[in-house]
Parts: sequence; structure tokens; C-alpha cells
Amino acid sequence: MSVRLLLLLAWRNLWRHPRRTIIMLAAISLGVWMMLFTAAFMQGMVEQQVQDTISNLTGHVQIHNPKYRDDPAIENSMDIGLSKLDRVLEDPEVKQLSTRVRLPAVIASERETRGVTLVGIRPQNEAGLSFIADSITSGRYLTSSSDNGVIIGKALAEKLETDLGKRIVIMSQDSDNQVADRGFRIVGIYRAELQGTELAYAFTGLDTARAMLKMGEQVSEVSLVSDERENLDSLANRLRNKFPDLEVMTWKELLPLLVASVELYDAILIFWYLIIFIAMSFGLVNTLLMAVFERTREIGLFQALGMSPRFIILQILVESLILLLIGLVVGNLLSWITVISLSGGINLAAFSQGMEWVQMGSMLVPLLYMKDIITSNLLVIVLGLFASLYPAVRAARAVPVDAITRS
Amino acid sequence: MVAIVETKDLKKVFEQGELKVNALRDIDLTIHKGEFVCLSGPSGSGKTTLLNMIGGLDTPSGGEITVDGEHVDKMQKAELAEMRLHKVGFVFQAYNLIPVLTAQENVEFVMQLQGMTKSERAEKSLAILDEVGLKGMEHRRPAELSGGQQQRVAVARAIVSGPALVLADEPTANLDSKTAENLLKMMRKMNEVHQVTFVISTHDPLVMSYAKRLIKLHDGLIVSDEAQ
Repeated sequence: MSVRLLLLLAWRNLWRHPRRTIIMLAAISLGVWMMLFTAAFMQGMVEQQVQDTISNLTGHVQIHNPKYRDDPAIENSMDIGLSKLDRVLEDPEVKQLSTRVRLPAVIASERETRGVTLVGIRPQNEAGLSFIADSITSGRYLTSSSDNGVIIGKALAEKLETDLGKRIVIMSQDSDNQVADRGFRIVGIYRAELQGTELAYAFTGLDTARAMLKMGEQVSEVSLVSDERENLDSLANRLRNKFPDLEVMTWKELLPLLVASVELYDAILIFWYLIIFIAMSFGLVNTLLMAVFERTREIGLFQALGMSPRFIILQILVESLILLLIGLVVGNLLSWITVISLSGGINLAAFSQGMEWVQMGSMLVPLLYMKDIITSNLLVIVLGLFASLYPAVRAARAVPVDAITRS
Repeated sequence: MVAIVETKDLKKVFEQGELKVNALRDIDLTIHKGEFVCLSGPSGSGKTTLLNMIGGLDTPSGGEITVDGEHVDKMQKAELAEMRLHKVGFVFQAYNLIPVLTAQENVEFVMQLQGMTKSERAEKSLAILDEVGLKGMEHRRPAELSGGQQQRVAVARAIVSGPALVLADEPTANLDSKTAENLLKMMRKMNEVHQVTFVISTHDPLVMSYAKRLIKLHDGLIVSDEAQ
């Protein structure tokens, strides 16, 4: 079998009707671009959602008292001393950790009162682990665990009708089940991707919170990050073995809804690929069928000259393959250029309320992953060739004498 | 003499609804190597049908056909393609050449399907194009050649790989008399020089005048078979 002849015939046949070929190429390129840009857009959404959630005090792995997640009350705190923390840090996969007090509280300004989560933190440990260290828009960040200032979100400050430098009162339940309250000065205001986050958390120093709530050395949670975000099971298992009395959970276990939505996005993407492909395949099959009908006599001549049915099928498939490959190259290139040009992010501020509803910020950076390129390209080639089989087999099945004498 | 084509009780019935047309009726025919045979007869006499049966382009309704010792009537589609590729060359009345290929590529087409090397193909195709008087036109596409030149390319392609048999269906039908005569002279020359067997269907008296053997058909029957 002559591959050169196959390629030569396929290439020249394609350019017999340049306008038709160019329209088909444009359709394939546009289809591939739509597939990949949608994929990049959705992956950007997923990545932002995951990143926002992880940096929103979740981290990659959390350690709690086993009862804490059901009831995040002071009595479900845990005593995790320095020696235990050293044992966590011994693990080579643990990049950074932070201990926190994280308890329900009431915050009151001179005008308003709201429920919040009081978070006592070691300020130096939060940088790179959660959003708070990089989110101060006015005032200052906490300086140490014993810092007795408080940082609140911009939205919360507006609700409380208070501002930087003013005093507020935080109330919660202490370890003696008594109401503990304390006045704090607002030393910093932060902005978060989500308004809900700004309303939810008030931050102070860990030791300050523990002193106020008479917690001694107890904390509510340990949050840690690793170099690897996806494969955390072995790290979690090692920590479970080290601390059998505590609950160790990865972010995927902590946020099953998020994981399910990520999986749903993947399924939606495949479905989207298929929809675009089906639209594209109508054009492809139509173009090839037209080519086959137009060339019926020629195909009869091929048969008369001794071209085997298999070669005729291959010839139509090679034509289809060339169309698909050129369309893929152009489509991939267009997608890459689009994603590069939008690498600064797409501002979706106009839809910020809707974005908030799906736990997303208003700036979206599209992300083009190799797995999406491979999946969409393979899908187009494999299904494209499959769709081309019909016109190809139809051509090969023509009876030579009928084909030659057809007017 | 070696028989190239043999038919025995060859029948072809075309069915059009209730109507059955007997295009060929019990044809017994033997064509030997090196013959230059014309099948003649009026339209509908069965000459093209007989040619198509011999070339394996159509299947008989009954009887046997052998080409170079092989039973064409028992072959599958792929086997027929293989047989045509190696044993039969075709020249049709029109639509003879592949429009996207040059004259040389058209001549090389069959050799390429046969798997011949590039250098061998080039050597043979250039030689045959020279022989049919188309030297210098190797790179022209069919649309850039006259009807006569296209038929010459078709003849060159039909004989270049040395088939046992060349079947030509009304090869001069679209040509003026002078071009037709030149083509016939060339075909006769190929027959005499290369011992290629030609079977030509025609109702053109000029073509018949070049035949060494003239077989006349009428209503699907051979009515005369004479050497000339």
C-alpha cells in the first residue's frame, strides 16, 4: 500500500474545492476552540473555587477533636502541645502548619450585633496557609499570638457600622461554660474573595483568644499544607497513625460537596465536548459525503484500476484525518492564544452576586490543562474518523460499473 | 496459443422491476494472448456488458469467465480488485484520468498501487509517455490536455505495468477522426511491439478497420466472429 499515494490524493482532493474545505476547517477549528476555551474557563472556575476554599482556613489537612466538626464548641477543643506539633512537622510532606482557636462568638459594635466565628491565630504561621495574611486592606495585620487587636472583614465592618480604630466587644462561652466577653480595638480590615467570608470571621491572636476563653493550651484545630494538593491520603494516614485519638481529614473529606462539584464539572465538560463534536460531525460527514457523491465516477475508476475497497476507505479516512488535524492545530493554537491573552483574568464583577453563590470570586483566570487538550483532541480525532467511516464505506461499496456509468 | 480470456455460457440479465433484459445470452468466447479484438454491434447489443464482465467490473448472472486462468466469476470484491490491478488495463470512453494527478502521476497510479519503487515507476512512466508522444507533458493535469492526449495517457497507464489484457470501451467515441486514428495506430503498435492483448468495444468502423479479429454482437448473442 502506498502511503504517499494516499496522502497525495487526499491532500489534492481536499483542495479541489478550497472554499468548502476552508469552511469545514473553520468549523472544526471553532469547535475545538469552543471545547478548549470552555474547558479552560471551567478549569479556572474549579481551580479558583478549590483555591479559595483551601485558603479560606481549610488548608490541605486538618486535625480536630473527633467531636469538633459536629459541634464546634469550646468543650470539643483539643490539647495539642508542642511535642505533638513537632511530630506533625516531622513528616516530610508537611510544608507548613498553624494552630487555631475557632469558635462561635457574638460581635457587637455600639450600633449592631452579629454572630461570627472568632479565630485565634498565630499570625506568622498563617502566611502562605490561609488568605488572611495577604488580605489586609487597611490598618495592620496581627503581630503575634498575644496581639490583642482584632481584624474584621470589610463587609462585617459595614454591617456593624464601625471602622478601623474603633472598639468592639466579642462574646463567647469559656471553658467554664460562662459567658466571656472582651473589648477589642479594630486594628485591621480585610477583604476576601467572598463577601460571606468577610462577614464570617473575626481574627485575633491565638493566646489572646485562649486567655479570654480560659482554654489553657487547647486549640480548636490544626491546619496544614503540603506541597501536593491532590494526593494527601498517605500523609493523612500517617498522621492518623500518629494521633489515633484525633480526627485527621483531608480537604476532600472535609468538603465533599466541592469534590462532587469538581467531578460534576469534569462530566459536564465531556458532555459539552460531545455536543460540540456532534454539531461538528454533521458538517464533516456532509462534506465527505458530498465529496464521495461528486467523485462517484472517479471512485469507479479507482476500482477499475485495481484499488482495493480497503484502500478506498483509507483514502476517505485520510482526507478526514487531514481536515481534522489541521482543524485541531488551528483550534488548539487559537485556544492557547485566547488563554494566554486572558492570563490576567476575566473580570466577572458584573456577575459577582451569582459568583458568590457558587463560592467564587469575581476574577476568573482560565486554565488550559494538558489533560483537557489531550481529551478533546483525541475525542475529535477518534470520533471524527468514526463518523467518516460511513461515507468511506459507502464509497468502497459502490459497484464499479454503476459508479463509472453514473451520470 | 495461450488463452487470456475464456467465457462459457456467460449470461447477464438486467432486471428492471418486472422487466428482464437479457444483455448476454450464453456467450462462449476465447481470446488469445496478443490478439487485437473488436467487439462491435449496435447500442444495447451487449458489447460493453461483455467487456465489464471480462474486467470483473460487473458480475455475471450465469456461466463462467476466466482471465489468464483465473475464475473471475467466483471472485470476491477484493480479489477482483487485485486481479484488475495485476492483469487488466482499462481505457474508458470518458472520465478516464484522475483529475488531481498529473499525466505522469496518472500513468504511475497503477504501478504505485502495485508497490513498485519510485525510480522504477518514473523510468517506466517517462518511457511510455515518450512512446505515446506525450514527452514534455508529464506534469500537466488532465484539464490541461486535449481529449486525444488524455486518451493517450489512459492507454499509457493501461499498458505500462504489463497487464495480460487491455479492455477499451469506445476509446475513440469522444475524439475527432484524425486523433482517433492516431490513437488506434498507437494501440496497434503497443499490441505488436509489446504483445499486449486488446479487447475493444466499439461501433466505430474506423476502430473495426484496425481489428485483427472482429466479433459482432446482437441482442446479447455473438452473431459473427471473424479474423481480419
